[in-house]
Amino acid sequence: MTDFLQLFVSGLATGAIYALAALGFTLLWQASGTINFAQGEFVMLPAFAMLGFAALGLPIAAAFALTCIVAVLVLGWGFKRGIVDPLLKFGMMPIVVATIGLAIAMRNGVRAGYSAEAHPFPSLFADKLFNIAGVTVTLADLGTLAVALLLVLGTQAFLEKTVTGRAMQAVAQNTESAVVLGIDVPRMVFYTFAINAMLACAAALLVAPTYLAKFDIGEPLGTKAFFAAIIGGFNNSRGALLGGLIVGVSENLSAAYVSPTYKDAVALVVFMLVILFKPQGLLGQKVERKV
Amino acid sequence: MSPTLPALRRLAPIAAAGLLALALPAQAQIKVAILQELSGAGATAGTNAKNGALLAIKEINEAGGILGKKIEATVADTQSNPGVAKGLAAKAADDGVVAVIGPTFSGSIMVSMAETKRAEIINFTGGEAAAITKQGNPYIFRTSFTQETAMPKAARYIADKLKAKTVALLYVNNDFGKGGRDSFMKAAEATGLKVTADISTESGQVDWSAPVLKAKQSNADVVFVYTNEEESARALRELRKQGVTKPIVGETTLVGQKVIELAGDAANGAVAHVGLTVDAPNPQVLKFKAKFFQEYKYIPDHNGIKGYTALYLLKAGIEKVGKPDRVAVAKALHGMQISAAKVPGVLMDVSIDDKGDLDRESYIVEAKDGRQIVKEVLPALGAKKPGA
Repeated sequence: MTDFLQLFVSGLATGAIYALAALGFTLLWQASGTINFAQGEFVMLPAFAMLGFAALGLPIAAAFALTCIVAVLVLGWGFKRGIVDPLLKFGMMPIVVATIGLAIAMRNGVRAGYSAEAHPFPSLFADKLFNIAGVTVTLADLGTLAVALLLVLGTQAFLEKTVTGRAMQAVAQNTESAVVLGIDVPRMVFYTFAINAMLACAAALLVAPTYLAKFDIGEPLGTKAFFAAIIGGFNNSRGALLGGLIVGVSENLSAAYVSPTYKDAVALVVFMLVILFKPQGLLGQKVERKV
Repeated sequence: MSPTLPALRRLAPIAAAGLLALALPAQAQIKVAILQELSGAGATAGTNAKNGALLAIKEINEAGGILGKKIEATVADTQSNPGVAKGLAAKAADDGVVAVIGPTFSGSIMVSMAETKRAEIINFTGGEAAAITKQGNPYIFRTSFTQETAMPKAARYIADKLKAKTVALLYVNNDFGKGGRDSFMKAAEATGLKVTADISTESGQVDWSAPVLKAKQSNADVVFVYTNEEESARALRELRKQGVTKPIVGETTLVGQKVIELAGDAANGAVAHVGLTVDAPNPQVLKFKAKFFQEYKYIPDHNGIKGYTALYLLKAGIEKVGKPDRVAVAKALHGMQISAAKVPGVLMDVSIDDKGDLDRESYIVEAKDGRQIVKEVLPALGAKKPGA
């Protein structure tokens, strides 16, 4: 039983990181009908940016803050203006292809321009171990889980409780009505991209100490997060959290109880089951939506 | 007729000069191709090997080349992908190189050496899988130990020095890891060790909680870890996290410079049998370490030595034959004994057997506070009983 719990807790920590990236998927989808297949790379780039700022002698907190600003400009505004805005009028497919291309460009850009090797990344949390009922948990596990939960719930609260958040939702649900109501639609859409960029920075901060900063960490992360978002429900932010945790935990359990060889297939199996029996996702609502 | 002849005569020297210009660089140079893992799972190993090789080439060229001929190197990235490696090896063959340095990943060299064999090109590899030199390829030469030499040394250390009876084995499920696992199993049996947990992990595995838990449950006296660099670091972190207090032993990679850097404090106390280390108590190796640091501003791992010594092995072979004739040099290298006193670039006295395997001294190394500490020097197998 303690073994099961040990795996479960480790899985939750991994899953929380998937959830952060998955939240980005659902946010962009809800607000602008965009699927960003470069989501994993959106996590990888800030990790390197933080390393860069840290190399200039900045403490990690300052490096994180600066990276957030740069990310909002580049991965938020730049991404929206450079790729989404010009392509969205041609429908979904061009954006999907463009973001896949963007992912490849970002990966290889870092590989060629910086380094193909893995770099150690300072951990946000002290190197502390707890032993709770026979289960060894690190402060990093708990901290990652807590920060990810806070971010997901905070984003959710922001969307539901604030005027800006509701305006963003209104834009997502019915853009024309939102215009009639006097909501600044382009600005609301930009906010979504900005939040997405900041979430990616937070995910980078949490993920890089274990994944190590390397040009290709975004690839598995992006795929898992996409599965997580579908499993949880693409149009529900809480679904992203649930989906992420399910993927993280089921991966860990299957690695121990089935075979490590099939570890990566598990997310795909859960994904297919959900698509077959509950296509809107576990927490998603069936909606007729207009893009 | 009469106007053309003087014209031709006037042209002749120009033509001859042109021919010479074309012919000179082609003859005066020894072409080698460096095919290494510069990205992907093998990036750490490949980058070090490439840098080591380029350093050796720079040195050799500055000292006048091999038999007065400069070495001209091309560098290519296999992306840690056997298919790409094979393609690049074929391209190197088309380019007419004398030798190919790499790739380092066992899975890649197993595939790409078919191309170099066909083109009769000398191929140095840092790959350690036992199978590489078992195919009767007369052009393949190692720059590191085969697992069949290394694993018995590691197993003997576990059984004799640590007085362990049981081992939990964590290995990576690729050619390198599987070859190591098989060699280790054989060595363990020979030394009376019992492998109580035989745990396979994936290349690029990020979450190590499940495999480490399995190793912990087996309650073996020693945990033996045999994976590539990044995975080794993650394994060490997870072993520490789950509070494993049993000795953690490995072979070469486990205490590699990059692993120690990536794993941080978690690497402390990990011990490994190491065929090559830049911290070896050997003046030539220490000199190499200093030169490498000066050139690249970081301390290389054992793969840096592999790349570096490959060029000097090639140099020794070509100088023995007297010309860069690939077939003759390959023949000469087999059974060759090279002493570091005569060819300092090989760093340690080394002998090459008829299959292309190496024999030389090796070390037991412990990771401590971000550094490799050499605990013991193990003599070359041939130094004790020839033919072992």
